[in-house]
Amino acid sequence: MKKDIILAGVGGQGIISIAAIIGYAALEQGMYLKQSEIHGMSQRGGDVMSNLRISHDEIASDLIPFGQADMIISIEPLESLRYLPYLSPTGWVITNTQPFNNIPNYPDMDLIKAEIGKVPHHVALDADAAAKEAGSPKVANIVILGAASPFLGMAYEKLEDAIRFTFGKKGESVVALNLKALQAGRNFAAQYI
Amino acid sequence: MQKLLLLGDEAIAQGALDAGLSGIYAYPGTPSTEITEFVQNSKYAQEHHIHSTWSANEKTAMEAALGMSYTGKRAMVCMKHVGLNVAADSFINSAITGANGGLIVVAADDPSMHSSQNEQDSRVYGKFALVPILEPANQQEAYDMVRYGFDFSEKYHIPLLLRITTRMAHSRSGVEIRPPRVQNEIHVPEDLRQYVLLPAIAKKKYKNLLKDHSSFAEESDQSPFNFYINGADKSRGIVACGLTYNYLLENYPDRHVPHPIVKIGQYPLPRKMIEKLADECSEILVIEDGYPVIEELLKGYLGRGLKIRGRLDGILPRDGELNPNLVAVALGKPDTTGIPAPDLMVGRPPSLCNGCPHIDSYLGITEALNGFSKGRVFADIGCYTLGALKPYEAINSCVDMGASITMAKGAADAGLVPAVAVIGDSTFTHSGITGLLDAVNDKSPITVLILDNEITAMTGGQTSPGTGKLEDICKGIGVEEAHIRILKPLKKYHGENVRIMKEELDYHGVSVIIPRRECVVALDKRMREKFKNK
Ligand SMILES: Cc1ncc(C[n+]2csc(CCOP(=O)(O)OP(=O)(O)O)c2C)c(N)n1
Ligand code: SF4
Repeated sequence: MKKDIILAGVGGQGIISIAAIIGYAALEQGMYLKQSEIHGMSQRGGDVMSNLRISHDEIASDLIPFGQADMIISIEPLESLRYLPYLSPTGWVITNTQPFNNIPNYPDMDLIKAEIGKVPHHVALDADAAAKEAGSPKVANIVILGAASPFLGMAYEKLEDAIRFTFGKKGESVVALNLKALQAGRNFAAQYI
Repeated sequence: MQKLLLLGDEAIAQGALDAGLSGIYAYPGTPSTEITEFVQNSKYAQEHHIHSTWSANEKTAMEAALGMSYTGKRAMVCMKHVGLNVAADSFINSAITGANGGLIVVAADDPSMHSSQNEQDSRVYGKFALVPILEPANQQEAYDMVRYGFDFSEKYHIPLLLRITTRMAHSRSGVEIRPPRVQNEIHVPEDLRQYVLLPAIAKKKYKNLLKDHSSFAEESDQSPFNFYINGADKSRGIVACGLTYNYLLENYPDRHVPHPIVKIGQYPLPRKMIEKLADECSEILVIEDGYPVIEELLKGYLGRGLKIRGRLDGILPRDGELNPNLVAVALGKPDTTGIPAPDLMVGRPPSLCNGCPHIDSYLGITEALNGFSKGRVFADIGCYTLGALKPYEAINSCVDMGASITMAKGAADAGLVPAVAVIGDSTFTHSGITGLLDAVNDKSPITVLILDNEITAMTGGQTSPGTGKLEDICKGIGVEEAHIRILKPLKKYHGENVRIMKEELDYHGVSVIIPRRECVVALDKRMREKFKNK
C-alpha cells in the first residue's frame, strides 16, 4: 500500500498536525514515510503545503510527482484548487468549504465551489461548523482528517490511536474533543464510501 | 537500533550530538535554523554542556567554531546559504589554518528561493576554499555524514562543508541512530603556529592544502556516500548529486535504472568513478540541485569532449529546484500532470500579522515622509520586508543584512536627503552597527529606524542579541543622545510618532529612531508559556 498526499492550507491552520497524526499511524504499521514541508515566509498568512508519502515499500523522492497524488487534503477551499496539478486522475480532493479570507482579491465562493465540484472525486464539507459543533473551532483540521480517513487505506482505529498519542499530553478532554472531530468528519464522508 | 522520524536539519543535529559535538554556533536563517534549535532543545546537550546559544552573525559563529576546533573539540557552525557570504572570510581562511578538533560548516541552500534573496550554490564556496563537501541524499545520510565528517576533519585537519538544500532540511523521514561518542578533551594544536596566517606560514600551509586536495579526491572514490551502479544501457551515463538521486529513482518504480549511475554525496568528485562512467557511456547526464557546478566541470570551457547534458544545455531548467517530473523529462520519459489549477486561482502572499508593531512604524514613516519625493526608504531583511507589499508599499530596497544603513548613507552622500534606513533589531546587531559607525564618522544626514520587536521574528522568534542594548550601542558609537528617539509604535501614539519622525528627518546628521514594541506572535507565545507554567 502506498498513499501520496498533498496537505494544503493557510499558515496556522494545522496541516502539520494532520501530517503528524497520519505519519504516526503509518509508522505504527511499519510503513515508510517521507514528509516535506515548506516553512519560513509562508507562515505569515501565506499558503502552506506539505508532501506526505507513506508506503509499505521504501520511498524514493521527498516530492510527489505531478499528476500522481492519491489525495489532496485541504483545510481551505481555495487552497484545495492550487495543487490540482498534483492530483492523479483517480485521486480524491477532501476539502473544507469555509474560506480563510485574508487577501483582498479572494475569488467568488460560488465559483470556487463550482471548481471543486468539477473534480471527479471530492468530499467538500464545512469543517469549521462541524468543529464548532464538536466543541471548538480549532479542530477543523481534525474534522477534515476524519473526512479523509476512508481513503487513507488504514483502519480508522489507527488514526484514533494516533490522536490519543499526539494529544495525550494535553489531557483527556483534548483527546476526546479531537476524537469527536475525527468522527464528525468520518460520518460526513461515509456517504462517499 | 533506534529509528527516529527526523527533519534533515534534525538528523544533522542528532548526528552531531551523537558524534561528540562540544558546541554549535549559528545565526538563524531558513532553512538551517532547526539544526541549532534541535540542539538548544536537547536534554542530552544540556546535560553534556554543549554550547548552543545564537551568535550575532554567521562570521562570529564561524570564528567561534574555529576557536572551539582550535582547542581540539568538535564544533559545528550552521547558516543559510547567504550566511556563508558573511562568514566567507573566515571560512576560506579556515581551510588554510585547518582544523584541530573536527569542524563542520553546514550551509543550507535554497533553490527556487522559497524564502531567500537568491539561490547561490554553496558547493562553489567549498570548491573555492578547497575543502571537501558532503551532500546527503536522505536524512539517514545526513545523520551518518556528520560523524564521518568529523572523523575526516580530524584525520586531515581540515574543515568540511556540509551542503544541504531546503528540501533536505525540511523533509522528514526515519533515521537509525548510533550510540553517542564522548566529546574530545582539550588539546591545543601541536604546532602552535598552525593558526598564524603570516604570509610565510600561510604559503606553506596552502601548499599542504593543495597536496591534501588530491587525497580528498582519492577519499571520495572510497566514500560510503559515493557509489557506482552498473546499467546495461550505456547510451547515457548519469551523475546524480545529493537529493536528486531520489528523483532519478522515483522515475523507475522497480528502482532499477537501466543506465550506469554515479551517485555523489562527497566532493571533490570521485575521479575513478567519473572516469569509468565517461569511458563506458556515450554521453553523461548531470542531475544537480543548484548551479550546474559539476556539469560545467565535466564539460570544460570548450565543451569539445564527451557530450554532457544537464542544466546548461537545457535538458533540465537552468534555475529553480529540481523535482521528479523535471528529471523524468530529462530521462526522455513522459511528463505527468493532473488538472490545471483553475483560472480563478490567485496568490496568497505572506503579510505582516494583525497588530504587528512594524505596521505602526510604516504608517508613521510614510506619513512623515509625505511632502518629500518618493523612493527614499532603504530597508533590510526581516518580517518588516513585507512592508514592500500592498497596502504599505513603504520601502524601496532589501538587499542583504545591514545594507539599509549603508545604502541610505551612500544615497545621502550623493545628495538624496533625507534618506531613511529601516532595519530590524536583530539585523542591526548582525551587520548594521559598522555601517552606522561609518555614518556617524561622516556625519551623514540619515534617519535610521531600528524596528525593535525584541526578537528575531522572521525566522521563528529566536532571541535577539541586541535586546536591551540598542540605545547604548548607538550612543557608544557616537550617535548624539538628543537624536536617539524611542517610540511606542501603537495607533494611539501615531500623531506623536509622526511628529518625532519629522523632527529627525529635518535634522542634518545621524538620527536613530527606535520604535519598540514586542512582536505579537512572540508576546502570544510568551503569555501561553507563562499560563502553562502557572
Ligand atoms: C546573511 C543572512 N543571514 C540570515 C538571514 C535570515 N534572516 C532573514 S531576516 C532574519 C531576522 C531578522 O530579524 P529582525 O531584524 O529582528 O527583524 P524581524 O523579523 O524581527 O522583524 C534572518 C535571520 C538572511 N537573510 N541573511
Ligand atoms: S511575526 Fe511578529 S514581527 Fe513578524 S509580522 Fe508577525 S507580529 Fe510582526
